Amino acid sequence: MTVSKVQGIALMGMRAEIVEVEVDISDGLPGYSLLGLPDAALMESKERVRSALINSGASWPNKRVTVSLSPAWLHKSGSGFDLPIATALLVAQGLLLQERLNACVVLGELALDGAIKSVRGVLPAVLGALESGLNCALVPMSNVWEVEGISGIGIIGVSHLREVIEYFAEGVLPIPPRASSQQEVVDESKNYSDVVGQAGGRLALEMAAIGGHHALLIGPPGTGKTMLAERMPTIMPPLTQSEAISVAAVHSIAGSTLNRNGNNRTPPFIAPHHTTTTTAMVGGGSHYIKPGACSLAHGGVLFIDEAPECSSGVLDSLRQPLESQTVSISRAIGTVDFPADFLLILAANPCPCGRYTGKGRACTCSSVQLRRYLQRLSGPLMDRIDIRALIEVPSRTELASQVPGESSEVIRARVVAARKVAAERFEGLGWQQNSRIPPNQLRGRFAATQKGMAFLHAELDREQLSARGYHKVLRLAWTFADRNGSGAPSLEDVQSAYAMRNGALAQ
Amino acid sequence: MPNKRMKLGVDGETLVATYLTNQGAQVLAKNWRIKEGEIDIVARQDGLIIFVEVKSRSSEKFGHPLEAIGPDKAFRLQRLALAWIALHGAWGADYRIDCAAVSFRNGLQPSIDYRIGVL
Repeated sequence: MTVSKVQGIALMGMRAEIVEVEVDISDGLPGYSLLGLPDAALMESKERVRSALINSGASWPNKRVTVSLSPAWLHKSGSGFDLPIATALLVAQGLLLQERLNACVVLGELALDGAIKSVRGVLPAVLGALESGLNCALVPMSNVWEVEGISGIGIIGVSHLREVIEYFAEGVLPIPPRASSQQEVVDESKNYSDVVGQAGGRLALEMAAIGGHHALLIGPPGTGKTMLAERMPTIMPPLTQSEAISVAAVHSIAGSTLNRNGNNRTPPFIAPHHTTTTTAMVGGGSHYIKPGACSLAHGGVLFIDEAPECSSGVLDSLRQPLESQTVSISRAIGTVDFPADFLLILAANPCPCGRYTGKGRACTCSSVQLRRYLQRLSGPLMDRIDIRALIEVPSRTELASQVPGESSEVIRARVVAARKVAAERFEGLGWQQNSRIPPNQLRGRFAATQKGMAFLHAELDREQLSARGYHKVLRLAWTFADRNGSGAPSLEDVQSAYAMRNGALAQ
Repeated sequence: MPNKRMKLGVDGETLVATYLTNQGAQVLAKNWRIKEGEIDIVARQDGLIIFVEVKSRSSEKFGHPLEAIGPDKAFRLQRLALAWIALHGAWGADYRIDCAAVSFRNGLQPSIDYRIGVL
């Protein structure tokens, strides 16, 4: 056999494309040509593959070697094709049997001594192989944890090229495959019981978790905005398996350091620094399009501290994902989509100096500075934010209290119960969360009780409420109703929602 | 030392010439040289002119002998072949360029790795 074929994977965003790696060894001067739009890292594969083969006891054919990656029009990048090329070379030299490789996908980068190194995007690649009907995946041992919990495809972890040769030549498994663990993992290192006081902030974030409302927390430095926000994942319902897998797949493509796999059911919490760039926020890259912070936060929370300090372009780039729950990135090599269904939590100081609290006596900002500061959050972005909460400095009695705050477990139970009520109500309607109720439905089928509506109409008449604000308050009122178990939003629910929407703007 | 290396080269070319004769080809010239360079062997078989580049090595420590033929060398061989054809009034003749690797390992029979029409 002088022509061989092994399957590798090229990733275009979340989409995995099976790439046939064909190797032809023909008579001619010794040489190596690699076809099929490889990038620079892939062009260098020759030297890695050659050294790895020789150092694993196999031989390098001193003939003309042609490697073709098909489909030829697709741009391929990265080092993940080293192992498929090496394997195909072994088959072409007659050292391995082609039949054994027909239903397999092979992924991995080679070190010069033949060791197999981890690559990015193993999880989406394996999911793609599964979809294409392949039943076996050879992946680097150091990536095996990523695909734990995926069933329907045999995963073989390999750490050296010799193990690959032994496996395909003699059927020797590198290590007995572990029964894929389905153990769900939930991160419990943080808890709302650590937070002192902050009744308003707690309620605001609980509402955000129930109804999927985006929130803005305003408060002086050191009051606990970050502390409150980073505990959000502990009160959100754990991810379902399919959600957890898609979250882990995004992280796998990004090569994120959070080490998530499909068993991790904790919603992610991503807090990019306020100097972050638009590309880092929404994703980008020319050869290898990587997801940005808003896709890493898919299924969880995107927290931006000091939001007014962000350059306006960065914050406004979130408008499209907030609207469509996906990010579409176009570059010369193609267009890719990443999921971006996240809960946005913004935090801001009340003014540039941060001391405008209480009566604002300590504040050194001018009135112009004060006015401009929060205006940096653009109108269209603020339109998408339902909750505005003031986070005050905890009082001395609160700080002296020995009683821990309400724990995350208690709050989560309420959130899960309230979400269930909403999910049942919206069954078959195409949305599941209160924050997604379309405006026309809010005026019709999903209006508040008569008294609640009367209150809103009165506020409209007093010109205290815009038409858009009216819909926002109604959505939030539904979340209050779900939390309080009051069926349709009562007058009290509507008033609470009205207060929460306008609360932080009172000053 | 240079003499030893030259002897290796000459020995290799002699071996390849013998090999070609045994294959039924007629050796027309050995070490045909002009200003641009040298063709190791020119032979003819059934009207086809064969140019052969011979590489001799005593070990594979420095890689396969034929790997030493890079793009520059390949280009030069093409030009030399055309030059030979022009100078011998054989315009339009069919020709091909072969490469042969001869390895002399200590104590072993020399072996020829002969590749047809590789350039």
